[in-house]
Amino acid sequence: MRLVVASGKGGTGKTLVASNLAAVLASEREVVLVDCDVEEPNAHLFFPSEEKTLPVLTDVPAFDNSRCTHCGNCGDSCQFGAIVVLKDRVLFFPAMCHGCGGCELVCPEGAITMEKRSIGHVAFSTPRSGLVLITGVLHEREVMSPHVIREALAYASGHDLVICDAPPGTACPVVETLEGADACIFVTEPTPFGLHDLILAAGVAEVLGVPSGVVINRSMGDEGSIRNLCRARNLPILMTIPFDRGIAEAANSGQLVTDRMPGMKDQFLKLFTRASALPGVR
Amino acid sequence: MLQVAVLSGKGGTGKTVVTAALADILPGRLAFADCDVEAANLALLLSPREKKRVPFYGMKKARIREEACVSCGLCKAACRFHAISQDGGGTYRTDPIRCEGCAVCRDVCPERAIFLLEHQDGEILIAETERGPLVYAELCPGSGNSGLLVHEVKKAALKESEGRDLLLIDGPPGIGCPVISTLSGISAAVMVTEPGVAALHDLRRLVTVSSGFSLSHWVVINRADLHPGYTREIELFCEEKGIPVIGRIPFDPAVIHAVRDGVLVTRRDSPASRELANIGKRLAEGLLYVPG
Repeated sequence: MRLVVASGKGGTGKTLVASNLAAVLASEREVVLVDCDVEEPNAHLFFPSEEKTLPVLTDVPAFDNSRCTHCGNCGDSCQFGAIVVLKDRVLFFPAMCHGCGGCELVCPEGAITMEKRSIGHVAFSTPRSGLVLITGVLHEREVMSPHVIREALAYASGHDLVICDAPPGTACPVVETLEGADACIFVTEPTPFGLHDLILAAGVAEVLGVPSGVVINRSMGDEGSIRNLCRARNLPILMTIPFDRGIAEAANSGQLVTDRMPGMKDQFLKLFTRASALPGVR
Repeated sequence: MLQVAVLSGKGGTGKTVVTAALADILPGRLAFADCDVEAANLALLLSPREKKRVPFYGMKKARIREEACVSCGLCKAACRFHAISQDGGGTYRTDPIRCEGCAVCRDVCPERAIFLLEHQDGEILIAETERGPLVYAELCPGSGNSGLLVHEVKKAALKESEGRDLLLIDGPPGIGCPVISTLSGISAAVMVTEPGVAALHDLRRLVTVSSGFSLSHWVVINRADLHPGYTREIELFCEEKGIPVIGRIPFDPAVIHAVRDGVLVTRRDSPASRELANIGKRLAEGLLYVPG
């Protein structure tokens, strides 16, 4: 089973939920936690441990100047503006390249071959017994987040229980994380922002056909508008986490609330049971 | 015209609240853009009057003309994004979510059975607020191309801000495509962070990215009194990087109450609103713009 913790809005508590859920489940069974927020991965801050890393490589063209006739076919075929062919040379912008290989295919001189370029890495650690943490990390100044997410997820495939900490937002990186997942937990907060972005994010899960439920974080007991929305959209509320300075302090200092407040363990186990029982989950 | 973006790295540190406060208190003629196009929230605080919606077309998507397809499979083999598959009946189909619009399938198809189709990924909204125009966007669920949409939002906002002194941008979280698109061409970045291990980690990565652009940096520490230890760490990091810390907003329930009531924080007196007023002053001084 692959379970994604997502939100739409940033800072609602995705990492809090994903890392505590993984830690609690790991005391009972094998769990893989995948940090798919590759632009700003934070789960590792809660699980300091020795890491091994592997690079994430993408295909980029290499140009053989001795063969290139500056015909311009490669520049014309590139849909991403990564290649500009001048009279006497070729300009290539690696960060724009999606690695589609189109330029290699259209080069009549065989002057282009695809080479590997590193845009990030995947880190592996086993911070506690039963838990494997896989972190996707996009290198600074790179933009191909979905590619790093895909690689990180590939390393987790085949495992019985995979929990993914999703990136914020609703576009490509979130789609990459959510697609093919068995279930999704949306973490929201009772503010107009939390509500607005939950609607957007729930729309993405709907389009992708992923069964979803909601965790309300920082509850002060007045989240009527979120409850109404969940009823209307048929999104079960799986857990409510109170607004609590102790929880915020644990999260801010890189501690798991389930370690600091053992009473929370049961609540996270219940969250898992409810998420696994969402209608439509295989 | 000056362009200033409010960024953070980590989400939920208070970018939008700070942007809306600055929108209320900065002097001069202002214009606004919400470049957090995946989850645009600035409009929730600035109560704009919508003027116009413009469709946003991202990358084109491949489509196979079934009647011309001979099922040779070359397109599927050439697609590096696994966007082409065969359904139960053997028909080849493209997946608009996976398709990145590279056109390789079109170019390898011997039957010319594949074409690229314009694909609407969202809408750009042009609106008017009390202080000036606001441009923001809505992405269709499941659509990508947010970096490109940021670019289009900024372009539209620049057009709307003719004769204005300052374009204030509410930025996206992260450090990837939408952030880099936001950073390009701006004069200054205000980075909102909070005292916590994750926010500091994320701020460091953001500064590594933004320092590749020629712009001035400022940092605002939100909820600064919650963890004096981490606040000190942020200050040390900023000192080391030569980034001025222009504000330390205290944790203040008045902020949440104002947001929930749909009122700008700066319209009510509170410890947070007083510090936001100071931040506005320091920013206006630092930017050296002459309000028209």
